[in-house]
Formats: sequence, structure tokens, C-alpha cells
Amino acid sequence: MMKKSRRSFLKVAGIAAIGLGASPAINFASSDSHGTAHAVKSKNKEALHAHRWGMVIDTNKITDEIAESIVKACHKAHNVPDFNHEVDEKKYPDTRPVNHKQEIKWIWEEHFHNAFPDKEDEFLAERFHDLPFLVTCNHCKNAPCVQACPTQATFKREDGIVMMDFHRCIGCRFCMAACPFGSRSFNFRDPRPFIEKANPDFPTRTKGVVEKCNFCAERLAKGKLPHCVEASEGAIVVGDLEDPESEIRSLLNEHYTIRRKQSLGTEPSVYYIM
Amino acid sequence: MNKNMIITGLVIFVLAVLSPFWFNIITTTQAAPEPELLGRAKTTKKCVLDKYEMRANHMALLDEWRDSVVRKADRQYKAANGHTFGMSLSTGENSCLGCHEDKTKFCDKCHTYASVDPYCWDCHTNPKEIE
Repeated sequence: MMKKSRRSFLKVAGIAAIGLGASPAINFASSDSHGTAHAVKSKNKEALHAHRWGMVIDTNKITDEIAESIVKACHKAHNVPDFNHEVDEKKYPDTRPVNHKQEIKWIWEEHFHNAFPDKEDEFLAERFHDLPFLVTCNHCKNAPCVQACPTQATFKREDGIVMMDFHRCIGCRFCMAACPFGSRSFNFRDPRPFIEKANPDFPTRTKGVVEKCNFCAERLAKGKLPHCVEASEGAIVVGDLEDPESEIRSLLNEHYTIRRKQSLGTEPSVYYIM
Repeated sequence: MNKNMIITGLVIFVLAVLSPFWFNIITTTQAAPEPELLGRAKTTKKCVLDKYEMRANHMALLDEWRDSVVRKADRQYKAANGHTFGMSLSTGENSCLGCHEDKTKFCDKCHTYASVDPYCWDCHTNPKEIE
């Protein structure tokens, strides 16, 4: 019988252990698969670009009908639930009654004194009391919601759009407390029963996430302008605020414009021609 | 006597420990379902990664895609095999569902078998399911 010392046994065992550990690495190196390492990600060729997206809303051109069709176009395309929609009982049985305070909105009509509380003068021109003012996320330069978000679900894109990663939102609603414009809505319940006909090109949300206007990032990527611009009959213009040659900058140059709650220093990117 | 006892005990122990294997040999086992390739997926036969890698890592890939689309606005993915895909679960010709047309026969088949319940479809919609 061969006599083995403990010492030589340990040596062999050690080498064998190294060999076992190395085998996955060797397998990986010898495989011909490239995996994801050599893949190239790029933007769509037709995508629209800007250094900082901004919006100008001409309040003189916005009538009640136009405002309504803008809101409708936006909400329909982004699968925003309408809690006045009658629920299909067969598809969604036992849907509990609606609390209308929990409405969800991306763009909506507001009265002047609500949209611009710091600009309500004693003898404000009367027409402003009835005009519909469309308000939405202002995509602020110094967005407080971005700073408040603990998971970075809300973040600022390079092109100035304040975006939400719905996957990442934990529903803490810090952003809603931080936003001085009330531009954010929380899904207190599953929105699906309240979507008349879901648009398959855009996801719905689930219960427990916050949502807001995304400046139609999904359309800019396809080279199209936001839904609100298309439905506005020329009343809404979007463009690059940092580009002095852009249409939006010439509009800002020619007209007197105001922004919402400017004194807070969030630097909104949505301007209103008065 | 003592020796025999020990050996019988060991044999019983080994039989008991390996019982799942015996059980599997005796009963007819249900083989894991193959996801069905239909429509475009069947004819094109070119996915982002090869079959085995896709099987093992599609969730990591989707996670990477999601970050890329949402956070960097990069929506085109030129894979290492030279093919370009739209980084989307369900929108467009070049998305996952654009090729793998039937979600129930592709995604759900394995997910149901493996008893995993990904929450993709809580938000994303299968265009076929919208009537």
C-alpha cells in the first residue's frame, strides 16, 4: 500500500481546488459567444434633439375646445386613466367606487389665479378670469422633484426633460410634496379598469407609482413632436431653449411671457405668452 | 452482527437520500415545455443572443435595455451578431413581441412552468390582448 504523507495529500488537494475554481473562467474564455459586451446602443436616427427642451404656450390661441382636445390627445396616448369612465364589470369585477380626489392628470386646464397665484393683481384684466390655462410639468431646470426622489426614479435627462422611470418608483410621493406645481399624480389604484382603450405603444402604470408628463419622450425619439403640440393648432410650440436660432427663442424674444411661480427658483421651461 | 447492522443501515440511508431520483425514474416526468417559435421568430431565427444565453440571461438583457431606453434615450441595439433590434418589449416590429408574436406560447409557457411571475405585463401591454 502506498504511504502518503499528510503533507503531500494537502498539496494535491490544494492544486485540485485551484483547478476547480479556474474551470468557469476557462470555459468563459473559450466560449465563442460575444454576449452583450460587443453590442452597440444608439439613438434612433430620426430622433429630435435639443440641449434643453422648452415649451411656449400662446394663451391667446387657446380656446376651451382646443384645450380639451389637447388634454384628450395627451391622456389617450399615455393611457392616463379617466375615473369617470364606466368600468367594464365583466372584465374587472368588484372594482371599488371611485374617489375623485385621486384623479390622474398629465396636462389640464387651470384658472389664472390657480396657475399664477403670485401674479393675481387687484385689477387683473377681466378676460384672464375665464381663459383656460393649460398647465403641465414644467420640466424645471432646477427640478425639486429630482432632488427629492430617493431612488432616482425621477431624473433629469441630458436634454432637460424631467423623466420618470416607472420601474424604479417606490411610490413614496416625496416628489409630489416637492413639486410646487402639483404636476404629479399618484396611482392609488390599478388604473387599467379606467382606461377606455389602451394605447399599445405606451405602457400603463400600476398601483403605487407616481406619474406625470414626460414631454412625449417616446415621440421625440421617433422624430415626432409631442401630442399637445399636434393637437394645439399652433398654440403650443416646443423647441430648444439653449439655441438662440430656434423658433421658440424667437417667440420668447417677440412676446411678453410669464412662467409659473418663477420666484421659487426652479426655472420652469414652460412659458406662457400673455 | 454489528457490521451487518451498519451496512444495512447505510444502504437504507442511501436509498432514502436518493429517493427523489427513484421517484423520478418510476413516475413519468413532465418535460419542461419548449417555448414555441411562431411567425417571424420562426422564419428569422436570429435573436439578440444565442439560444442558450438568451434562455439564461434574457432578464438581465431586458433590465439593461430598460435603463438604456428610459435613462439615455438609446433605443436601438446592434447586437454582437450584427442584427439591430428596437429595445422594446412590445412596441414596434423589432421589439420582443414584434418577433415572438404569441406571448402565451412564448413567455408564459416557461414562466408558468418555472413558477416565476415577472411583473412586466402589469404595465406593458400585449397588443394582441387589447380588443
